[in-house]
Amino acid sequence: MSDERGGGRGRGKNDKDKGKGGDAPRRGGFFRRRRVCKFCAEKIDYINYKDVRLLAPFLPERGKIQPRRISGTCALHQRKLQTAIKRARQLALVPYVTD
Amino acid sequence: MSTSRQYELVYIVTPDASEAQVAELHTQIEQIVQRFQGTFDKTENWGRRKLAYEIGHHREGIYVVETITGSGELMKEIDRRLRVIDLVIRHLVVRVDEELQVADRTREARRSTQARRRTARGLPPEPQPGEGRSGDSDQDDDRDGMEGQR
Repeated sequence: MSDERGGGRGRGKNDKDKGKGGDAPRRGGFFRRRRVCKFCAEKIDYINYKDVRLLAPFLPERGKIQPRRISGTCALHQRKLQTAIKRARQLALVPYVTD
Repeated sequence: MSTSRQYELVYIVTPDASEAQVAELHTQIEQIVQRFQGTFDKTENWGRRKLAYEIGHHREGIYVVETITGSGELMKEIDRRLRVIDLVIRHLVVRVDEELQVADRTREARRSTQARRRTARGLPPEPQPGEGRSGDSDQDDDRDGMEGQR
């Protein structure tokens, strides 16, 4: 299904520069980059470690912290998010690992 | 010299503890706070909550959050005491005053730039209700509307 989507995107590109083909699944995979940092967009200044609902989207099934390259969080907020998640982990609010 | 700082203390009590035991724990901490001339700002009892992972064979715990202003020695003493008490299965002390100050400053900075820019454009400094595109912040991700057509 990702192929189809990639194809859909690629087609638009290929209209412009034909012959360059094969760039369709370049971004490959299921995650597409969220361009904007959630915390910047929603103007969240303080990332509260007690707010599980705020942190949960950044912890995929496995419980690892989602990298910036996927979530689109800016460097500043990723750093703050990191400490918040680590604090929440100590308090068993969010898991260290889930399997 | 003991400067006063704001701390947040979160502790998890065993689910087997009775209400009275939790209350007693709270008064114990209050006594320590008083002894060190600290002040108690806020206390919040979240009640029973499921733990994300097992701590000493417990699957749930009673969460209590306290906001305390005081010296580092005070928190050190509380930390030491909580470590000794078996009723408390986990606790965490976090200094929050600096972080909150930073958050306040950025909020203030944003507000003032917004006001400055708005007055430069000849608008009232505060945004009026119903002005601008409402709730557009979340529309700004790069979804292209193709999701449904997969």
